[in-house]
Amino acid sequence: MRHLLNTLFVLTEDSYLTLEGENVVVLCESEVRARFPLHTLQAILYFGYKGASPALMGACASRGVTLSFLTSFGKFLAQACGKMQGNVLLRKQQYRLSDSEHDSCQIARHFIIGKVYNCRWILERATRDHAMRVDVARLKKNSLQMAEILSQLAPCSDLDTLRGLEGKAANFYFDVFDELILQNKEHFYFQNRSRRPPRDNVNALLSFAYTLLANDCAAALESVGLDSYVGFLHRDRPGRASLTLDLMEEFRGVYADRFVISLINNREILPKQFEQKENGAVWLNDEGRKAVLSAWQARKKATITHPFLNEKLPWGLVPYVQALLLSRYLRGDLDAYPPFFWK
Amino acid sequence: MGYSEDEFLLLSGLQHFAFCKRQWALIHIEQQWTENLHTVEGNFMHERAHDSSLTEFRDGILICRGIQVFSRELGITGACDVVEFHPSPDGVPIVGREGLWRPVPIEYKKGRPKEHDADALQLCAQAMCLEKMLVCTIPGGYLFYGETKRRQPVEFTPELRHTVTDMLNEMHMLYHRGYTPKVKPSKSCNACSLIETCLPKLCKNLSAVQYVNKHLKEEDL
Ligand code: SF4
Repeated sequence: MRHLLNTLFVLTEDSYLTLEGENVVVLCESEVRARFPLHTLQAILYFGYKGASPALMGACASRGVTLSFLTSFGKFLAQACGKMQGNVLLRKQQYRLSDSEHDSCQIARHFIIGKVYNCRWILERATRDHAMRVDVARLKKNSLQMAEILSQLAPCSDLDTLRGLEGKAANFYFDVFDELILQNKEHFYFQNRSRRPPRDNVNALLSFAYTLLANDCAAALESVGLDSYVGFLHRDRPGRASLTLDLMEEFRGVYADRFVISLINNREILPKQFEQKENGAVWLNDEGRKAVLSAWQARKKATITHPFLNEKLPWGLVPYVQALLLSRYLRGDLDAYPPFFWK
Repeated sequence: MGYSEDEFLLLSGLQHFAFCKRQWALIHIEQQWTENLHTVEGNFMHERAHDSSLTEFRDGILICRGIQVFSRELGITGACDVVEFHPSPDGVPIVGREGLWRPVPIEYKKGRPKEHDADALQLCAQAMCLEKMLVCTIPGGYLFYGETKRRQPVEFTPELRHTVTDMLNEMHMLYHRGYTPKVKPSKSCNACSLIETCLPKLCKNLSAVQYVNKHLKEEDL
């Protein structure tokens, strides 16, 4: 399996990135802060405002290193991408299927089946691992509802019904999400999902984790030659990375939510690592972002066995493998898209 | 008669195709390419063979590097590492040179001679292009292996030429359909630079439908 390379996170707001030979160089006040060989990197996430030199952007694009620009709060801004990765045939097939409601639904259904299955098992796991601390009856009840939805998803063949079922499942899941938080309850609680902007610590963490996940998924899709903007479940809307959102579905719970919960429950993130803005928005501060990013990196290195391929690989490569499986389905090597199931 | 330039395939694809049809399709149809040690070393060898000093005269032999060749009949294009032109009464005239010359193609390969005849096929295809371009017949050429530092003669027999045309026909057909064939995974997969993209396991008729159903079924319990 492909190697998991490093991600370089640049958090110093006023740093500037340049290319020097085969190295990326981080400059602060025209002083060299750090230097990394490009070939050891898979991605660079730059949280700042000064940016990077065109030479570096070109080098990253041609070597397959994704260079993303985010605000210092972690809102995604842009990504440097070079010449399109080859394979117009794959993209044309993607567009063709995306144009057909019926074909789209075949794929979209599996994204959602993966999502509901994985979220349901997050609840089930909590009833096993923390039976003494969580409201088992409540979790079981919602998990059962989600199982019921799964059985309705299997034969579902139109996108509206699919979205409806997905929404119902999400409600059952988030309804008991707060049960999963077992530490620092006075600072970490979940009432409902608030996105723009996040209004409490848990939502701030979720938003940040989803940004990181989106970045990983987009990079994975583009690296196998798919167009991350043309989706199956999420329909075309200018400027929306629909396929990235599609692919994220099966990972949100199992990759991002579980990550956030373990950060809180293991006290790897603390209330003082957040700050509240005048408008009520809550964001991670510098220290908080650093803590989350280093945990995210560590998480990516953990090894798992892929449920479909039955091969050992690091967590960090799972989005890439799913993107590859999707492309192989589109090209006719598989009878369906196999979602990532994880208990 | 023959193919239009639009339809030309890369001559170098023959060696991929001979190694594994799926590998060829992944590289040439799907344009997936994973650089690894083999390919990087290969490029390095070629850089030297295609050196900018294009022609030189040595011991009465004219040596040309990196000649571009093509054949409309076969629908391929590519480059020859080296073509030697030997002065010979049964040769052909060449523009700007006195006398008659007999072309001898030579292909450089890193490593050592292999069991499969991919290298010979590629060389033969080059010769077939040269024959059309120069209007002559080329009975044989040489493969030079970096590891053994030896020249190995290759005779362009009718059988070898048939294999080349048959393969090219099949390649054109697949290319036209944009189809990536499934191949039985074999031990060559371990030496394949595209194993990560190909996922040869998928060729063993893994069923994603069954996989999904299995997971849904366990939900019924
Ligand atoms: S991994 Fe095996 S089947 Fe796939 S392209 Fe390579 S040799 Fe062919």
